Amino acid sequence: MLQFITRRLILLLPVFIGILLITFAIVRLIPGDPCVVMLGERATPEKCEAFKERFGLNDNILVQFFRYLVNIVQGDFGVSIRFGRPVVDVIAERLPMTFELTLGAMIFSTSLGIVFGLVSALKRNSVIDVITMIGANIGISMPVFWLGLMLAYVFALLLKDTALYIPPSGRLTPGISLPSLATLWGLGDLPGLPKFLLGLISNSTLLNSLLTANFAMLRDALWHLILPSVAVGTIPMAVIARMTRSSLLDILGQDYIRTARAKGLVERLVIARHAMRNAWIPIVTIIGLETGQLLAGAVLTETVFALPGVGTALKDAILARDYPVVQGLTVVIATTFVIANLLVDISYAYLDPRIRME
Amino acid sequence: MNTAVPKLSAEAIPERRSPTVETIRRLLRHRSAQVGMALLGFMVLIAIFAPWIAPYDPIAILKDAPRRAAPCIHLLGCPPERAQHLMGIDGNSRDLFSRVIYGSRLSLQVGIVTITFAILVGGLIGALAGFIGGWLDNILMRLMDVLLAFPSLLLAIAIVAVLGTGLINALLAIGIVSIPIYARIVRASVLSVKELDFVSASRALGASKLRLLFTKVLPNALTPLIVRGTLGIATAILDAAGLSFLGLGAEKPIPEWGLMLGEERNSVFNAPHLVFFPGLAIMILVLSFNLLGDGLRDALDPRLAQNRSA
Repeated sequence: MLQFITRRLILLLPVFIGILLITFAIVRLIPGDPCVVMLGERATPEKCEAFKERFGLNDNILVQFFRYLVNIVQGDFGVSIRFGRPVVDVIAERLPMTFELTLGAMIFSTSLGIVFGLVSALKRNSVIDVITMIGANIGISMPVFWLGLMLAYVFALLLKDTALYIPPSGRLTPGISLPSLATLWGLGDLPGLPKFLLGLISNSTLLNSLLTANFAMLRDALWHLILPSVAVGTIPMAVIARMTRSSLLDILGQDYIRTARAKGLVERLVIARHAMRNAWIPIVTIIGLETGQLLAGAVLTETVFALPGVGTALKDAILARDYPVVQGLTVVIATTFVIANLLVDISYAYLDPRIRME
Repeated sequence: MNTAVPKLSAEAIPERRSPTVETIRRLLRHRSAQVGMALLGFMVLIAIFAPWIAPYDPIAILKDAPRRAAPCIHLLGCPPERAQHLMGIDGNSRDLFSRVIYGSRLSLQVGIVTITFAILVGGLIGALAGFIGGWLDNILMRLMDVLLAFPSLLLAIAIVAVLGTGLINALLAIGIVSIPIYARIVRASVLSVKELDFVSASRALGASKLRLLFTKVLPNALTPLIVRGTLGIATAILDAAGLSFLGLGAEKPIPEWGLMLGEERNSVFNAPHLVFFPGLAIMILVLSFNLLGDGLRDALDPRLAQNRSA
């Protein structure tokens, strides 16, 4: 197992370099003078020269790429042009929101998706099956931002005065704010990596409220997370339901299932022990592939629900031509996606010993 | 063709049909394909006849229409002295119904153009990688792997960041991120066909690689290309709408569904119709391609279809 993981990690290296190559190319491929593009009207020849000197744009392109690699490995993602602060700080501030949203959506989509898929496979051609499959088709065709807006309309306006009211925007109710753990614990002057990690924890509403035992804030954060998670999770849920159904149906037609039934095994055990074990692999594959969908959905949904995540930051950075931030966030998102796929591969090896041996 | 069996009665042998006819029959019998084709046909008709269906110019600002007015439908009791607006008025005093109707043209074009581009470029890359092999194969396919390492919409956003915002750039971005799938399909087809005996034979007879590509490889890759292409159009339409929603794609005043949603997203509480209808239109169009793609997959690969329903 360990050997398998090591091998997969080594295989990641070229992919990771490729990601960095593309993000590096982003800035170099901008048509026109990058200085004029980024500084806009403030670009005078002197300022441009200083700008190029500062960002090392006068050096050989290979030197530039190598320096970029070294900087990234050391955790230096450059400085935001718009805010004048390190991109790493922007990441530490924005990433937790997107993670929480992706996690919420993942829990929603996998749990319901597997249940719906299971039920429709077991009750094939029943009303439940037909409704689930029609729902799944509609689910994969819906624009996630539209679903988000519609959910906000229903739960925040139509159900405004009922117990089902759910807030349509923001991360916490206005008035509640996240305390900075660094200040709280007197850890203001930590070095690089610990500071970054503390920043991540501090900016995660869930971890922060758990660590400070502020359960009112935790409840509030979860409450705000419901609608965005449902919006982001619906498409993946539809896909997972379809996959669970077809994968289980395939397996239920196999001989060994008939054998299991013939020897008098309770149906529940036939499904749980015999069928589901083998059905897991395609389901896990789909869950892994859907992580990308979740991340992309998170980017669109953050805009709908006004959430301070990576997506809104990326969009704002593009519109403001703040390229260091665009680069940094792209690296982070792609890396997250790659790691998610790695986890899927590892879980295959766990689920199917044959894969470990290959 | 059937001249060799004159004595046997006609009903004893099942009628022989060409595979194409068989496939079309299977497709027409497939329930989700039926729904998909009906929806798609409906949308295509709307797109073609948009100038006749739309009561107003989609870009024209109507002077006497109050901004964000609710739909006024005479049949549903809207007083006849008021002008009829089936889907209401948008935030710039334009007739939303006309805009949604015209939007169908744009979204259909977006889907078809981007995926055609992706299939052509991807096919070329896959063919080169497969036929030439060696280091070129390695470089091209690793590049494809890296492109696949990004969630497609995010890569498209990154490409738009380079090219600048705008509809054409958004289309180009979506086209580029769709390339890897088709490159992989064509390469796999080249590899599987390359070593077959009849291909070696035709090579020995002097058939050029280009000829092999068109007569042997592409027919072999056609099924997955058609199926993935149809489903790819659905994704491309969604992604294009997403880019426009974020303000990175189509620009005002183009009647693009995603842009219409993005422009009015803050008025969802006081004028929900402005958000509801464009989104519904996107969903119907995407749904039609998804259903058709499912149907095509089952019709083109009957073995798979039988397994699925086993």
